[in-house]
Amino acid sequence: MNSSWQRFSRWLKAHLVLIGGLLVIVYMFIPISVVVLMSFNKPDSKLVYKFDAFTLQNWLHPCADPSMCHAVRRSIEIGLLATIVATVLGTLMAFALVRHRFEGRGAANLIIFMPMASPEIVMGSSLLALFVASGFGGQLGFGTILIAHIMFCLSFVVVTVRARLAGLDNNLEQAAMDLYATEAQTFRRITFPLVFPGILGAALLSFSLSFDDFIITNLNAGNTTTFPMYVWGVAQRGVPMQVNVIGTLMFIISIVIVVGAEINRRRQEKALA
Amino acid sequence: MTAAVVAETTGASPHPEPQEHSPKRKLTGYWLLLPGGLWLIVFFVLPLYSLVATSLYDPDGSVLQGYDMTWAFSNYWHALQDYWSPLVRSLVYGAVATFICLVLGYLLAYAIAFKSGRWKNLMLVLVIAPFFTSFLVRTLSWKLLLRDDGFIVNTLQFLHIVGADGRLLATPVAVIAGLVYNFLPFMVLPLFASIDKIDHRLIEASSDLYSRPAVGFFKVTWPLSLPGVVSGTLLTFIPAVGDYINAQLLGSPKQRMIGNVIQDLFTKANDYPAAGALSVILMLLILVMVLFYVRRAGTEDLL
Repeated sequence: MNSSWQRFSRWLKAHLVLIGGLLVIVYMFIPISVVVLMSFNKPDSKLVYKFDAFTLQNWLHPCADPSMCHAVRRSIEIGLLATIVATVLGTLMAFALVRHRFEGRGAANLIIFMPMASPEIVMGSSLLALFVASGFGGQLGFGTILIAHIMFCLSFVVVTVRARLAGLDNNLEQAAMDLYATEAQTFRRITFPLVFPGILGAALLSFSLSFDDFIITNLNAGNTTTFPMYVWGVAQRGVPMQVNVIGTLMFIISIVIVVGAEINRRRQEKALA
Repeated sequence: MTAAVVAETTGASPHPEPQEHSPKRKLTGYWLLLPGGLWLIVFFVLPLYSLVATSLYDPDGSVLQGYDMTWAFSNYWHALQDYWSPLVRSLVYGAVATFICLVLGYLLAYAIAFKSGRWKNLMLVLVIAPFFTSFLVRTLSWKLLLRDDGFIVNTLQFLHIVGADGRLLATPVAVIAGLVYNFLPFMVLPLFASIDKIDHRLIEASSDLYSRPAVGFFKVTWPLSLPGVVSGTLLTFIPAVGDYINAQLLGSPKQRMIGNVIQDLFTKANDYPAAGALSVILMLLILVMVLFYVRRAGTEDLL
């Protein structure tokens, strides 16, 4: 008895940090499990947000409130467009910063870093101030949201792609050049494929940042409603359970993408070895 | 893959100097930088200028009639006088949430880096997974978890930690808990990036030289992880101070943060000069704190 207790306490001592870390992860997942659970909820009243009875209705009729699906579509459209533009512009900037020497690197780095170090409320209100001052105050909507989203995604793309590019093994490109590949060939066959996972990661990050943004969007949206703005609106007057269906779907899709990418990476690693 | 990318991103990443520099390539660099750079100048830098201008408009104007530029520095004085308490509250909530995030995040990042073995990538994925599920929907879940007749409140009442009619919603505890929850991944990832790079042999060396584990931690691991601590605390503190979603959904008017005030001034009261002044004050406060902090921590190569 005594020795097994000792063994247990020794085991506990050895794994204390890991157990603590796992508890933190459990804490991070508690609200997500609530989201999944509530997506199967049949509420008694619209005003009390708690689990009442099991139903599949929310999943079978996700668009029971058409304005929600409309908002989701808006968010996807904005997210895709913002991701494409930000990923292209940001990748070009990352190449410039890692591969080219020029005057004013410090200024360029500062301008890229600053949006990540500014509170969203400040970025949102300054954009609004600009739009109003330049006479676009009446045209807030899809376009202004898109402009804002590209702006705050850009910095994240640059740092993500830059990190990948900086970690690249130069010898591979050198070898291609030694084997008489032209600069363009080297780029197409060696550099780009090696950087691509970084670009893909940056695009994924951009999309989720854009899809999820509320504070900046809300200030510059005019009458356009994105999904987070829809949730904000219904939070005051009763939340339809379909909101949790969307939350659950987002979670599942992102897990599938991330796990898929990881499996793909392992397979490639194995193929190389 | 994404996990690693995000971890790399948020840590202090290295900046190797480019090797080649012929005049032609030098120009190419500018061309590559131009479109994105212009975007940031027009839609990030210029708006900041516009914000400062707005904060100095004549407060008697209105959005519809337009504002006159009267260099009304008094806007700042009035804004501080009217809203100093939400401002201070935001800084306090942000600091407390950041500290709790640091403790929880360090534990988690350390466990992933040193104790997770072959599950390292899986645990990293688990850390960023919540990040991909809508921020607002997750915060609404906390509202449900912390509700007045919910399991958590009932347990706390049973244990007499809160009074019989005590509650969690509409208290600073709920708002800070929400902030901690929402910004924890921003703390974990840079911490992980830093801790993961630490050479294990250094820690072994310290224990070979008879230092106790705790001493080894504070003399070896902690100093080597400082870059992660600095960027993690900044990435947590800055969004936490400016956030108003948690204060709105989990708090009450008594927990109003500066973000709520700025948002309402812009969208409800239409008082642009006051809102602009508050935004500028918030930005300056954060800028000063960041510079001071980065200098104190001695890691100036954050950029």
